[in-house]
Amino acid sequence: MFDESLKSSALPKLAVWKFASCDGCQLSLLNCEEELLTVAGAVSIAYFPEATRGVVEGPYDVSLVEGSVTSPEEIERIGQIREMSKTLVTLGACATSGGIQALRNFADVAEFRSIVYAHPEYLSTLARSTPISAHVSVDFELRGCPIDKGQLLEVLAALVESRRPRIPTYSVCAECKRRGNVCVMVANGTPCLGPVTQAGCGALCPTYERGCYGCFGPQNTPNTAALSDQLVAAGMPPEVAMRVYRTFNAAAEPFRRESERQERAVAVAGKGAGR
Amino acid sequence: MTQVSNAGDTRHPTQTLQVGMLARVEGEGGLHVEIHDGHVTDVQLRIFEPPRFYEAFLRGRSYTEPPDITARICGICPVAYQFSSCLAMEDACGVTVPDHIRTMRRLLYCGEWIESHALHMFLLHAPDFLGYPGAVEMAADHPDVVAMGLRLKKAGNDLMDLVGGRSVHPINVRLGGFYHLPTVAELRAIRPRLAQALDEAVATVRLVSTFDFPELEQTYPYLALRPEVGYPLEGGDVVTSEGDAWPVQEFREHIVEYQVEHSTALHSTLDGQPYVVGPLARYSLNHDRLSPLARELAHEAGLGTVCRNPFKSIIVRGVELVEALVEALRIIDEWVDGRPASVPVPARAGQGFGATEAPRGVLFHRYVIDDAGIIEDAHIVPPTAQNQPSIEGDLRVLAERWVALGDHDLTHRCELAIRNYDPCISCSVHAVDVTVSRS
Repeated sequence: MFDESLKSSALPKLAVWKFASCDGCQLSLLNCEEELLTVAGAVSIAYFPEATRGVVEGPYDVSLVEGSVTSPEEIERIGQIREMSKTLVTLGACATSGGIQALRNFADVAEFRSIVYAHPEYLSTLARSTPISAHVSVDFELRGCPIDKGQLLEVLAALVESRRPRIPTYSVCAECKRRGNVCVMVANGTPCLGPVTQAGCGALCPTYERGCYGCFGPQNTPNTAALSDQLVAAGMPPEVAMRVYRTFNAAAEPFRRESERQERAVAVAGKGAGR
Repeated sequence: MTQVSNAGDTRHPTQTLQVGMLARVEGEGGLHVEIHDGHVTDVQLRIFEPPRFYEAFLRGRSYTEPPDITARICGICPVAYQFSSCLAMEDACGVTVPDHIRTMRRLLYCGEWIESHALHMFLLHAPDFLGYPGAVEMAADHPDVVAMGLRLKKAGNDLMDLVGGRSVHPINVRLGGFYHLPTVAELRAIRPRLAQALDEAVATVRLVSTFDFPELEQTYPYLALRPEVGYPLEGGDVVTSEGDAWPVQEFREHIVEYQVEHSTALHSTLDGQPYVVGPLARYSLNHDRLSPLARELAHEAGLGTVCRNPFKSIIVRGVELVEALVEALRIIDEWVDGRPASVPVPARAGQGFGATEAPRGVLFHRYVIDDAGIIEDAHIVPPTAQNQPSIEGDLRVLAERWVALGDHDLTHRCELAIRNYDPCISCSVHAVDVTVSRS
């Protein structure tokens, strides 16, 4: 993956691409204020339209891709980008799991179009929002809604040094313990997705006295069923337990499965109540 | 990316100047200009950012969720979405937050203005005036300027990190207030960085006021918020340069949205005509509300009490950068600990309206919820969508004036005119590319 040394060329050529997204993950690169000019000195920023109108033609050593695939044109474009790029890294929840716009995957997109637009026929939109990896091979996926800029710098450093990035796949709970936080779920009964969510944010929400809402997506092998049972036992209605998995990583496989399990529970409860 | 093509017969070729992908704007869009016999016949700001359907998938969600969900419409101004949605839901539920929460909202919002204005002024807009493709290239000749811009931007981000938890999609905002309030000690710790940033913001206004500005006098109505006290930020009633004033609850009676084929962002009109929101409108309608330092700097930079030249928006952003820092320091100095982080906002069936001043202009939200707090209808009108017809209007005037320039220069200047608005395309579609066509 991060082999084939980028060291061979003097400065690796970096390109930044945007698909359906909010720009926040690209902004995280510009938010490396103290490191930005150092990064700009270590790589050649060949294509980054949000930052410069200067364009260096491909091929590129590294492509950073933000956003999910939601239109037929985007399927074609990601194929071209893959062909031009030696290494392709996805940035954030949209590119890695389809993002919040993947909520359409659980609904009828034609109805969505007509709710927002008077002339839905002007739009070309796919029925599902999909991650980049659904269309091309991806060398590394960086999580988060938004990504953490420290993790982004680690990935860039790993690329320049031709090594694997050190990005943990354990849960937010590990970060919470390390920060010395009191568990918000155990101590206050606050619903928290920390036990099933991948670390990377530094346990931000529990540190601010709120439960984790899963913006870094599922950790490696999460036990979502056990967590949901706890949430429901503590009084959370199943329709809410369904929604907590249906946010910024709704289409990530473990979260999708669990939300659908809760959806079935809602349906069963509905029948039981004779509705 | 610029394409110039000649279509049609050779005697009257239609020339199309096309910027396929506008650089240094937030999101994806382009510009298409058609020129026939040396006159501009059509200008289209083409917004092709793919739609994400927020207003559709908000239906059926809980009334407590829009601050986190709608923040994701825009990574550059998430706080604007958080606070407009909070105000709308609190309006629906009949809750008014206490003054100290309103004040802490202003502080977090100052952080977003500082970050967003510094980003646009130094990294996106200044390279146009100084003749560089981007800030990294500009840094080779003007390292001190770029470094100062990055420090200012960082001051805004640091403030957002402290109050909001992080700068992109803050996690600390909830209906009724915050999850956790920063303490006096934490706020005091960040004060020296903001005080230094204020000195640099003052230097910034002096720097950008020396740039060359093309002449342009806008005639469109301006629209901004105006609160009871202070410069508009986290609330207020709507006021316009036509002398109208109305509460946010009436926005649908005045602002009408419509769809055009060349944009996935809906266009808007104010009482039937194009209008402008953003720094120029805010400044011109609230000049008397600026702090003495900001007002003095505006005067020194040659701005009157009203500014109608969109190219000078970079100076107005500088004045607002100063204003945001003065306000942030005032709030920090007056803050006391020991007050609740939030007030309860129990659900009740009804409709609610909210509007705040995003860095790019007024952002309206409207929700209808049922008695269990489930959202039945959501409606969001972002600033860039409102500005689209006026951006196209400016370009029609400017392209006509500059039609004799070569396509390369014409394209470049049109791009600059678009960046005057700091368009946030991700926002507007919840969508810029330049084409000039000559015949």
